Amino acid sequence: MAAKAAAVSLTVNGKPVTAEVDPRTLLVQLLREHLRLTGTHVGCDTSQCGACVVHVNGKAVKSCTILALQLEGANVLTIEGLAAPDGPLHPMQEAFRENHGLQCGYCTPGMIMTAVDIVRRKGNDLDDRTIREELEGNICRCTGYHNIVKAIAAGARAMRGSAAASQAAE
Amino acid sequence: MYAFTFHRPQTLRQAASLLAKHEEAKLLAGGHTLLPTMKLRLAGPPQLVDLSLIDGIAGVAQSGRSLTIGAMTRHNDVSTSPVVQQAIPALAGLAGMIGDPAVRHMGTIGGSIANNDPNADYPAACLGLGATIITNKRRIKADDFFTGMFSTALEPAEIITKVSFPIPKKAAYQKFRNQASRFALVGVFVSKRGSEIRVAVTGAGANGVFRVPSFEEALKKRFAPKSLEGMTIPADGMNSDIHGSAEYRAHLVGVLARRAVAEAIGK
Ligand SMILES: Cc1cc2nc3c(=O)[nH]c(=O)nc-3n(C[C@H](O)[C@H](O)[C@H](O)COP(=O)(O)OP(=O)(O)OC[C@H]3O[C@@H](n4cnc5c(N)ncnc54)[C@H](O)[C@@H]3O)c2cc1C
Ligand code: FES
Ligand code: FES
Repeated sequence: MAAKAAAVSLTVNGKPVTAEVDPRTLLVQLLREHLRLTGTHVGCDTSQCGACVVHVNGKAVKSCTILALQLEGANVLTIEGLAAPDGPLHPMQEAFRENHGLQCGYCTPGMIMTAVDIVRRKGNDLDDRTIREELEGNICRCTGYHNIVKAIAAGARAMRGSAAASQAAE
Repeated sequence: MYAFTFHRPQTLRQAASLLAKHEEAKLLAGGHTLLPTMKLRLAGPPQLVDLSLIDGIAGVAQSGRSLTIGAMTRHNDVSTSPVVQQAIPALAGLAGMIGDPAVRHMGTIGGSIANNDPNADYPAACLGLGATIITNKRRIKADDFFTGMFSTALEPAEIITKVSFPIPKKAAYQKFRNQASRFALVGVFVSKRGSEIRVAVTGAGANGVFRVPSFEEALKKRFAPKSLEGMTIPADGMNSDIHGSAEYRAHLVGVLARRAVAEAIGK
């Protein structure tokens, strides 16, 4: 059975977007294939790994497990929208760089979007245990997590009071 | 995924009539069970009926001695609700143990209960608290609702609108996670409300969630872990797979029940 295309309008990284999609289109496909925002990755496609995490209406979700059509009117923030295009990195991105919180980088966009969401929910002072529990849904094959945990703790502290932080937490 | 048509009704009535019109249509709540199943082509509904625009079926309310949770309430909203944390902390805690934070932002109580995965957490809370499942047609007692692995008393075109939990005096949930999936390898929910004692087990049974009458009897004499000392349940009828044998699961039921009672009485 051929699927009839349907229209969806939403906001992605502050810009209004309207697309005609096959109803089967996942949010991550809309982002990567229609909008060419390839910073959001697909690691597992089975809702386990968190490489595809973006924010929908301010909350971290797995974009491989949401249909684009579920997002009519929604506000989506991806890794590309975290910092201004020509400005400095977001404090959480900077903390990953500074703390060597990545090796191949495949999991990193999802880790960073998840990390910013952790700060929104749990505040700027995060102990290792909290961070490790909160990373339940994000898998990294490379780092062994140690430096990711360090980066998130540092990034959370750096986000205190920063303008970028409140913008991302919206 | 097989192709489908996507519907976004604004009212329950519209949703119900879509289900009545299209026999193979499926409701979409948080999508965190249905979409993965559709990707694997284990399900291929030709019509999806999204519940997210329907007013009045999400949120938490307490009236008197009962707590009502709308079907579309996300796991995260249950776990962080001050009302739930105050009225039934064990329920808030259980919701906070489901999957991971991103899953909890999407998954709903209605979807979890309708799906009745044999390893899911909410069925244990419903049975362990003696909840009532409310649909667009009727009220169903949890004791009658869960009819076996992935099966419930729901009729075609029936939609869960909310779940009502009587507020217990004491309750606790103990979950032994499957390290890979984070679902319950075994989970035990215990509660005490007046003379009513409930012990409900998820994850272990080959037929899904079940109560343990022998434990409930023992706890009636005294609601303390000691009352369950040395007690086990038969391995017969327990699930057995690469994650754990039937004997192992049966053993865990006893251990977790004792831990849950200890937690419920604050020890
Ligand atoms: C990585 C991952 C980890 C998970 N870990 C856990 C865990 O530890 N414990 C746990 O319990 N669950 C776990 N889950 C499952 C999760 O909780 C699901 O969200 C939940 O089981 C289904 O809820 P949903 O809202 O996503 O439903 P959907 O996937 O949208 O729907 C599920 C089924 O219920 C039907 N349905 C939905 N709403 C209604 C309604 N109101 N009335 C009638 N029928 C309805 C649908 O038609 C469908 O058949 C996990 C899921 C993932 C992806
Ligand atoms: S690609 Fe979405 S969770 Fe792995
Ligand atoms: S840095 Fe390679 S997967 Fe995490």
